[in-house]
Amino acid sequence: MSSEPSPIAALVWTFGLMSLFAVGGANSAIPEMHRAAVDVHHWLTDKQFADVFAISQLSPGPNVLIVTLIGYSVAGVAGALAATVAMCGPTALLAYYVSRFLDRSRDARWPAIIQAALVPLSIGLMAASGLIVAQTSDQSWIAILITIVAAALAFATRINPLWMLLAGGLLGFAGVV
Amino acid sequence: MPPESPPVAAPAPDASAPSAPLQPGLLELFLAFAKMSLAGFGGVLVWARRSIVEQHRWMTAEEFNETFALCHFLPGPNIVNLSVVFGSRFRGIAGGLAAFAGLVGPPMVIATILAALYARYGDIDVLRRTLAGVACAAVGLLFAVVLKMMMPLLKRRDVTGLVILAAVFVAIGLIRWPLQIVLLVAIPLSIATTVLARRMVKA
Repeated sequence: MSSEPSPIAALVWTFGLMSLFAVGGANSAIPEMHRAAVDVHHWLTDKQFADVFAISQLSPGPNVLIVTLIGYSVAGVAGALAATVAMCGPTALLAYYVSRFLDRSRDARWPAIIQAALVPLSIGLMAASGLIVAQTSDQSWIAILITIVAAALAFATRINPLWMLLAGGLLGFAGVV
Repeated sequence: MPPESPPVAAPAPDASAPSAPLQPGLLELFLAFAKMSLAGFGGVLVWARRSIVEQHRWMTAEEFNETFALCHFLPGPNIVNLSVVFGSRFRGIAGGLAAFAGLVGPPMVIATILAALYARYGDIDVLRRTLAGVACAAVGLLFAVVLKMMMPLLKRRDVTGLVILAAVFVAIGLIRWPLQIVLLVAIPLSIATTVLARRMVKA
């Protein structure tokens, strides 16, 4: 947008602020990223956003990489760096101080109780997001079968999970899924 | 150690003390996180648990659960939070930065190259088809991690924990209630039952 003083500043402000409200990880912030990048700042078109999302899922690494790619398409490598640091920095700092506080008060009663109480919630949430992702990714019987086999192998054996991802990718490439 | 902590969250205080035998150095932290990140197609959590708990044994299954749960409920990308919390626990701020750089640096380079290729060639259909196959397997891996993280709860027959876990799964995954409302109810409930359970263990 022409009214913005600098695209880098806009990236830093947008993602720095967004990260502080992204409870539950980068993927839960995807709708908000879409709103900011497509509707508010017009950095990307709808289709470009969908492609950027696909590339971020395809590259290895944390899901937060979608922010790197949005930054890259706005302002090149500098934009990629600025957006990534803005998205990760403030909350990483917060996590650092909170965990240090909890570690120091390990023997105190409440921090230990709160941390233990969050465990079942966290696992339940992950199971739920697994189900939600599965509903979009597993559209055929073969797809469901791949998911079940991968889950069983990863749970019961010590086979490197990379093989399962590779097999899934090959089947997708061949057009079977 | 306080008298009320034993069976419920036992190993944490001892194992995270500075005298623990396994102390990764800065380079080791950077490399470990770079490796799990570069293997992490469709999410790094699978690889983070495998590397930290199963291969390097830097944390017990219980410690990993508690550290991840904390990072899960703090705002921001949770694996990024985990890398900083984990690295700084062993090597202070420098350790946190080393783990963070390992996690984000190498995949950032790869993603940027992919984006440049995409900008040049634009045809993403083959990529997308392949991705669909990878995604199916990746969801399977996620379910396997969920099962593995449930094992400590199953082993100590934590019935209330398992009921809360199932309730959150149903509310978010099946009924699709909004996250904030579910957490607003579930967090106080879980804390209350944890307190009650510990009292009963003590009695």
